Amino acid sequence: MHSEVTVTVNGAPVVVPSGTSVAVAIVMAGQACRRSVSGEPRGPLCGMGICFECCVAINGNRHVRSCQLLCEQGMEVATEKCIDE
Amino acid sequence: MNREERHHFDVLVIGGGPAGMAAAACAAECGVRVGMVDDNPSLGGQIWRGESDGQHHPDASKWVRRVRRSGAAVLCGWRVVHQPEEGVLLAENLSGFCELKYGKLVLAPGARERFLPFPGWTLPNVMGAGGLQAMVKCGLPIRGKRVIVAGTGPLLLAVADYLRKHGAEIPLICEQACWRSLAKFGLALVRWPAKIVQGLRLKFDLAGVPLAANSWPLAAHGETTVERVTVSRAGRVEDIPCDYLACGFHLVPNIELPLLLGCAVGNGCVQVNEFQETTSSSVFCAGEPTSIGGVELALIEGQIAGLAAAGRTREARAWFEKRKKARGFAQLLDRTFRLRTELKSLSRSETVVCRCEDVSYSRLRQHTCWRSAKLHTRCGMGSCQGRVCGPMTQFLFKWKPDSVRPPVFPARVESLAALARQLEGQPTAK
Repeated sequence: MHSEVTVTVNGAPVVVPSGTSVAVAIVMAGQACRRSVSGEPRGPLCGMGICFECCVAINGNRHVRSCQLLCEQGMEVATEKCIDE
Repeated sequence: MNREERHHFDVLVIGGGPAGMAAAACAAECGVRVGMVDDNPSLGGQIWRGESDGQHHPDASKWVRRVRRSGAAVLCGWRVVHQPEEGVLLAENLSGFCELKYGKLVLAPGARERFLPFPGWTLPNVMGAGGLQAMVKCGLPIRGKRVIVAGTGPLLLAVADYLRKHGAEIPLICEQACWRSLAKFGLALVRWPAKIVQGLRLKFDLAGVPLAANSWPLAAHGETTVERVTVSRAGRVEDIPCDYLACGFHLVPNIELPLLLGCAVGNGCVQVNEFQETTSSSVFCAGEPTSIGGVELALIEGQIAGLAAAGRTREARAWFEKRKKARGFAQLLDRTFRLRTELKSLSRSETVVCRCEDVSYSRLRQHTCWRSAKLHTRCGMGSCQGRVCGPMTQFLFKWKPDSVRPPVFPARVESLAALARQLEGQPTAK
């Protein structure tokens, strides 16, 4: 089965194959997942739920590790930059 | 599973990788009630991530089928955060939490990659070697991308092979170990013929990809993401353009949950007896946390732990001889991929060591122990709770880790509130 799902990353739609993790959708959208405490852009490091660099807000739930969650149709993803703005 | 429920299992297994699956299947086949919890969306752990179809690892689909047939209850997407009382663990997911009551517990939390700091390692698209592989398994398009693979350990070759099969271009694999120890490693593999076959197959598949020993990354450069990497290649400094740097320095056991449950740890590994039982009563441990030995050892230890937890010690004994041989491989890995001291001097003053709190190398250098660094700089006090920078500071400064305090992962306020209610003697379940 190769169906696709559409999620939004900071409001912009991203179409990904089903089974794609949210962290991958964010990288595909060209976004950093978060800003570090000194303002550096950060993306996923460990890919397995250890490092917390991929934390974003998903459907309003903040601080969720996006590497351990699969994209679902209509999911709203907000990177930290967008939550603060 | 509904939120705020309490579930009871005779044997509860934490971790759905090879060790956890073997333990759960073996215990459930003995007729006891078994539950297995994993924080990923599906079974397989890291090594068998996305392999339930058995495309690359036929063993993976075999074990997934065996777990399903065994009758063990599989709870994916749940993360254990705390032990509120003896014999009970608290787990949570995005929508709530639950309590898991157990008679015997088998811990199989696996291992994570060791990272080392160097200038530019915090740039986006610099990932772990296993980290990038996990991302590609989760859908990251890698075709046509240039990926430098660096670090140490057998994982590097496996990752390079996987990425190349998915269309990536690998300009270079940097292995920090020297040719001499790699050659010794190759010769010693005679004891494990299956691993020689694996190794030769990898070598054949990776034909044309330059593998450099005595080599490591010096710095990653780029504006918003990594664009090129400076490497020390057998003593020569080279600049190589790339789209990704996949960099991991072998593995470190995940011992946080075992520590929380009071299991004794020595040399960074959970101590177990011949039946994989820890020093904490009714708690067993299997797989990478007892020693980094790979999937074969993990499966054997998982089966022993599962059988012993179900009370079948005689059947468990049947695996002892095989385990002994597999443990030899763990020792060989440890000897071959020991980190060289040059890697301690990659950081500059401003290089970030603790990524959660942006603590630089120069700030850490002023401290003499982990505790002091934590108190004064917040190193290791962020979301990852020192999982990334802890092993680094152990290598860089020889700092010893502290005790582990609950919750073992950052937890939701409502999960913690349930604990508070419990302390006040009120029922947790609605």
